[in-house]
Amino acid sequence: MPIDPLKETPSQTAGPFVHIGFAPHRAGFAMPFDTGSPRAHAVGERIVLTGQVLDGSGAPVTDAVVELVQADAAGAVGDKAIWLRSPIEPETACYRFETVRPGAIGDGCAAYVTLWIFARGVNIHLETRAYFPEDTDAPATDPVLSRIEQRHRVETLIATADGPGQYRFDIRLQGERETVFLDV
Amino acid sequence: MRRDRGSHPPAYAPGYKTSVLRSPRAALLSIEPGPLELSRPVFGTEAIGPLDHNLIRNFAAANGLQGEALGPRIVVHGRVVDQNGRPVPHGLIEIWQANAAGKYRHVKDGYRAPLDPQFGGCGRCLTDADGRYQFFTIQPGPYPWPNNGSEWRPAHIHLSLFGIAFAQRLVTQVYFEGDPLIPLCPIANTVGDPVAVDRMTAKLDMARQGPFDHLTYRFDMVLRGARQTFFETRPEGM
Ligand SMILES: [Fe+2]
Repeated sequence: MPIDPLKETPSQTAGPFVHIGFAPHRAGFAMPFDTGSPRAHAVGERIVLTGQVLDGSGAPVTDAVVELVQADAAGAVGDKAIWLRSPIEPETACYRFETVRPGAIGDGCAAYVTLWIFARGVNIHLETRAYFPEDTDAPATDPVLSRIEQRHRVETLIATADGPGQYRFDIRLQGERETVFLDV
Repeated sequence: MRRDRGSHPPAYAPGYKTSVLRSPRAALLSIEPGPLELSRPVFGTEAIGPLDHNLIRNFAAANGLQGEALGPRIVVHGRVVDQNGRPVPHGLIEIWQANAAGKYRHVKDGYRAPLDPQFGGCGRCLTDADGRYQFFTIQPGPYPWPNNGSEWRPAHIHLSLFGIAFAQRLVTQVYFEGDPLIPLCPIANTVGDPVAVDRMTAKLDMARQGPFDHLTYRFDMVLRGARQTFFETRPEGM
């Protein structure tokens, strides 16, 4: 084994035509395979998580694809982890996941879902987390939220309730209310 | 191990104008990968079809057509290892690309070049137990895009990878050795130096040509490494 680790292959933007690879129906055609769905089949309380991705001018990014990774309803990960993929849909300019409410994993963190953003102009995918507004202790106790120095930015990682089981989570790539992005 | 951000382009790369408004200004919050990030992705892709890796035929076959895509026939193959040199087995690779004329099958592609009725432009495969993979496709054409006026993308294949942990997620582009557009490309050059660009460049592999059938390019990839004991403790999910 080499003593110096190899260099990682560099990232590049997913570009404007990412849908051909990630969601062909948004490119305008169908393939017999379609890897990734915005709907989870796991057992648990059903929730919907939706929102826009906004650029530094506040304009919605309409050509992005968002991926979600979360624990299952019991907080199990490993081969129980849930992975979903949603393009921004043209009618709403929103991504939209129909999933189950994640359980807390037991890593000390409150329950959350991880979101990755792939888009034209995004040179390496951005990672963030959506926490749930019911967990009112989370900003103080969650090891990630509690580490955010600029306390007014904590709210950028907390979804807002938008009806029973419905959550809204906008992702601001830049600007005054820029979302906290993670280097994990 | 921590992701070496120096191996990757910065979010803000003003030579690539779209990145200007799509790049965070605050520093990323560094945290250690936890059990979720170290989990192995499970996709239900056990049913990967025999033509999924074959872009010359997969679109035509799915649409009841008999023919094959137009353009120089190529195989792109290689091996995926982690930063410690260990193979990345059973990782999902997805690719998408323009046709031989540089046109994408996408409602938003306005380039005047023609579509190829036999070509969709996407495929997928899993690496084998030793991290090896192979796609059969056509050489994509270069295409113009608006940046500093009309710029031209070097021929490239977009490529997405999942390793054996979510923390290894990577999306990149594969360029082709000797393409004179590479040094001119603001996107390729977001990575900063020619050595890094070379890590995204497939090499002509004449020894592996398919005689009288296709040229072959080799493209090896390195995913983020992890602590030595880490992978052994993962359940074999997929
Ligand atoms: Fe492209």
